[in-house]
Amino acid sequence: MEIVQIEKLQQLLNSFANKDVYIHLETTNGAYASHFNEKVFNAGAFIRNVKLQYELGKVTADVPHRVGLKMAHGWVYAQGITHYEIDEQNRLLMAGHDYDGKLAVALEISETPFTY
Amino acid sequence: MALQPERHVLVVFPHPDDEAFGVSGTISTYVNQGTPVTYACLTLGEMGRNLGNPPFATRETLPLVRKKELIASCEAMGVTDLRMMGLRDKTVEFEDDEKMVQMMTDLIDELNPSLIITFYPNYAVHPDHEATARAVVRAVRRMPVEQRPKLHAVAFANNTGEGLGEPDIVNNIRDVREQKLGSMRAHISQTAWMLEENEKRLEAGEPEAENWLTYERFFSYRWHEDFEEQF
Repeated sequence: MEIVQIEKLQQLLNSFANKDVYIHLETTNGAYASHFNEKVFNAGAFIRNVKLQYELGKVTADVPHRVGLKMAHGWVYAQGITHYEIDEQNRLLMAGHDYDGKLAVALEISETPFTY
Repeated sequence: MALQPERHVLVVFPHPDDEAFGVSGTISTYVNQGTPVTYACLTLGEMGRNLGNPPFATRETLPLVRKKELIASCEAMGVTDLRMMGLRDKTVEFEDDEKMVQMMTDLIDELNPSLIITFYPNYAVHPDHEATARAVVRAVRRMPVEQRPKLHAVAFANNTGEGLGEPDIVNNIRDVREQKLGSMRAHISQTAWMLEENEKRLEAGEPEAENWLTYERFFSYRWHEDFEEQF
């Protein structure tokens, strides 16, 4: 993956707009967060292979970036995006990796379903 | 150290690398003794968070990386019967509970193990560990008492001492430390930081650093203090 380059990522977000796409969205502070520190309130969310269409996708200039997808009747967004790539299956993978190299958030967009 | 002979040892964990830190020495010892060992690994650790910065893998390529690591770890330990059970990381607890018990019952029926190694319910921290432990205990509980394999369970929750006291099984694995290190190194995407930390401690002559290369600890499952009355 590469560090986000806003213009390139914006073009890629545009390229998936108004198409049926499958979404992977996750945010996590790790299953062990409150094992290592009992004061941590452990929360996260995970969605995989939800099919939708968005009419407008946008990446913000702030680092780490926010990425939002506006749909006809709702929204998807992710905060903390640092890296992106188009993989060999032409899927747009975006992720936020924290200062220790741990994934904190992921947003992925694909025209074909992700694996299980 | 020679371990008490077993007919067949079944190891059940949800993630590649769950075996590395606490159990790979014991597994290697059984393999070296000629005991058949089967390792059933429920997921490929698809949701692992150690991806590096800069990242060395993506959410989509991580399972392939970890599958290779799991196979390499089994090679280091000498395990030839590795079963990858095809579940997804972090979803084990949301699978149908009866289906999970059946998965364990099928393995037990096929392999007829005299010892099963897994996690200890309520002391295993990660939800996948807990779900795995529950399924194993439930499957064994359904067997007639005299036919049940022994259950040696790994517990590492912060309240383990309070709840379970000291582990009753302590295996000295010093003789197979190279195999254990081999298993740890095989899972390098997950263990790099731990190995690095340990090198420093070894160099500083801290005795704890030697500890996990010398001992592995288990609790015999306490049927008289079963974690639930029935399932």
